[in-house]
Amino acid sequence: MSNPKFERPLSPFMMYRWQYSNTLSILHRVTGCALTAGLLLFVYWLVAVASGPEAYAEAQSVFAHPLTRVLLVGFSFAFFYHLLNGIRHLVWDAGYGFEKPRARATGWLVFLGAIVLTAILWVLVATGGAA
Amino acid sequence: MSLRSPVGRVLGLGAAGEGVGHWWTQRVTSVALVLLGLWFVIALIGLPDRSYETVTSWMHDPFNAVMLSLLVGTAVYHSLLGVQVVVEDYVSDHGSKIVSMLALQFIHFILGALGIFSVLRVAFGSAA
Repeated sequence: MSNPKFERPLSPFMMYRWQYSNTLSILHRVTGCALTAGLLLFVYWLVAVASGPEAYAEAQSVFAHPLTRVLLVGFSFAFFYHLLNGIRHLVWDAGYGFEKPRARATGWLVFLGAIVLTAILWVLVATGGAA
Repeated sequence: MSLRSPVGRVLGLGAAGEGVGHWWTQRVTSVALVLLGLWFVIALIGLPDRSYETVTSWMHDPFNAVMLSLLVGTAVYHSLLGVQVVVEDYVSDHGSKIVSMLALQFIHFILGALGIFSVLRVAFGSAA
């Protein structure tokens, strides 16, 4: 292994320069893992609803905590990004959208779309009465 | 010339012996989750408030209860398929791989059961 003559070739991901496409791809995986963690909060909410008014009131105070709020904003961005980019992946699976300009355009659309949808959601939450 | 046996070709499961089941199920659940996820977000925004009475009476509605149960089940299934790929990619040690997959499977099944049972408990309970 130490002999440079017999150095094995590197995988593409180890020598390619960083670019927008692999950032978006990694972000899809990261947001997917985040949403797995988010399932814990979602199920906690459902269990609280089923456990009665006291448990639900407790859950509401947990969800109203500023730290949880920050977490929820993060989860909602992860949700929208994973959803939009997931659709992008499904279109690729069907064999469309691989052309470089188009892939770049849909990448930006997905990323900015997720930010916009997250913002809309929290504006609606903020104006639609306290949680 | 193919080295694959006729039986292997008919089963179509490929070299790994599993075929495209995992990949395909991930796509099917993703399409379902686009619909169920958007439904949930829109429904949640549409609630006049998020008080106990409002949420329980919303969950009491048969359509909402079924959609919520499907959302929990599909999300858990899709999540498990997803983290399985992540574990397979990053955990190279065979023993650790099996242990982490077992743990993730247990966690996901517990989450799914808790979520669906909770929805059904509210749905089958008396109206708020």
